[in-house]
Amino acid sequence: MTMRNVSLALGAAVLALALAGCGERPQVVNYKQGKYQGKPDTPAFANAPFNGNRQQWENEIDTRAHNQNEYVRLRD
Amino acid sequence: MARMKFLCDAERCIECNSCVTACKQEHDIPWGVNRRRVVTLNDGVPGERSISVACMHCSDAPCMAVCPVDCFYKTEEGVVLHDKDLCIGCGYCFYACPFGAPQFPQTGAFGVRGKMDKCTFCAGGPEPDRSQAEFVKYGRNRLAEGKLPACAEMCSTKALLGGDGEVIANIYRDRVTHRGKGGEVWGWATAYKVPSATGGGTQPGNVAPAPAAPQPSTPSGGTKS
Repeated sequence: MTMRNVSLALGAAVLALALAGCGERPQVVNYKQGKYQGKPDTPAFANAPFNGNRQQWENEIDTRAHNQNEYVRLRD
Repeated sequence: MARMKFLCDAERCIECNSCVTACKQEHDIPWGVNRRRVVTLNDGVPGERSISVACMHCSDAPCMAVCPVDCFYKTEEGVVLHDKDLCIGCGYCFYACPFGAPQFPQTGAFGVRGKMDKCTFCAGGPEPDRSQAEFVKYGRNRLAEGKLPACAEMCSTKALLGGDGEVIANIYRDRVTHRGKGGEVWGWATAYKVPSATGGGTQPGNVAPAPAAPQPSTPSGGTKS
């Protein structure tokens, strides 16, 4: 009985270790000011015409990206 | 958050070089520097394929890893940029880059290299956005204007796609679904296909006409840029 419990625990541990390899780590580096030797940079949406409105900038970029799909564009 | 990427559809690229021209015009690139190039495999042979190549803004960029002065940085959108005030023009990034993206203008006699210049995904550099200083060093900052790179937006056949990786991957997937072929142009079989015993698929003139099954030829003919 004890042997069976040990086997189960070992199995669970191995399964947890194996599944740990299935996770996806974020690949986009978060820009941190001063983390490299050069000058700091501002985000693309920081200045006019977006003036810090990140959502508006993302919508604009997203619209343009989708406009590259003529299958969608021509249907309109 | 977007993860900015380029994707070139080899089935659509007609080697017109308008992406190269658009880039040079947009950023006032000096003679001898090509931030973007069109590479043709099996040139002149029926079934030739062309792709437009520039900095691919790698998620794990080797240029960033090898730079001795740490002049590279990556924006939140995944665009790999560099500070020209820090660059010493050593050329390590050129050796590390698998795409030949870093370019070095000749600034004097005997091939003296200047500071590295490369595709910025039209995102400028660390200078103030849309300033004259930024334009002179890095070119126009279209991203700060809410626009995508000029090369992708100018592409007449929309072979070159630029933008959020997920969006352009969906566009490409949509295309492949519509035309029923094309997805096989990329992938392991294209790059590492084992030559068959009869030699089929490995000769320059033996290019498969893109069948539905993933059996593209290995590009073994001459390349040109």
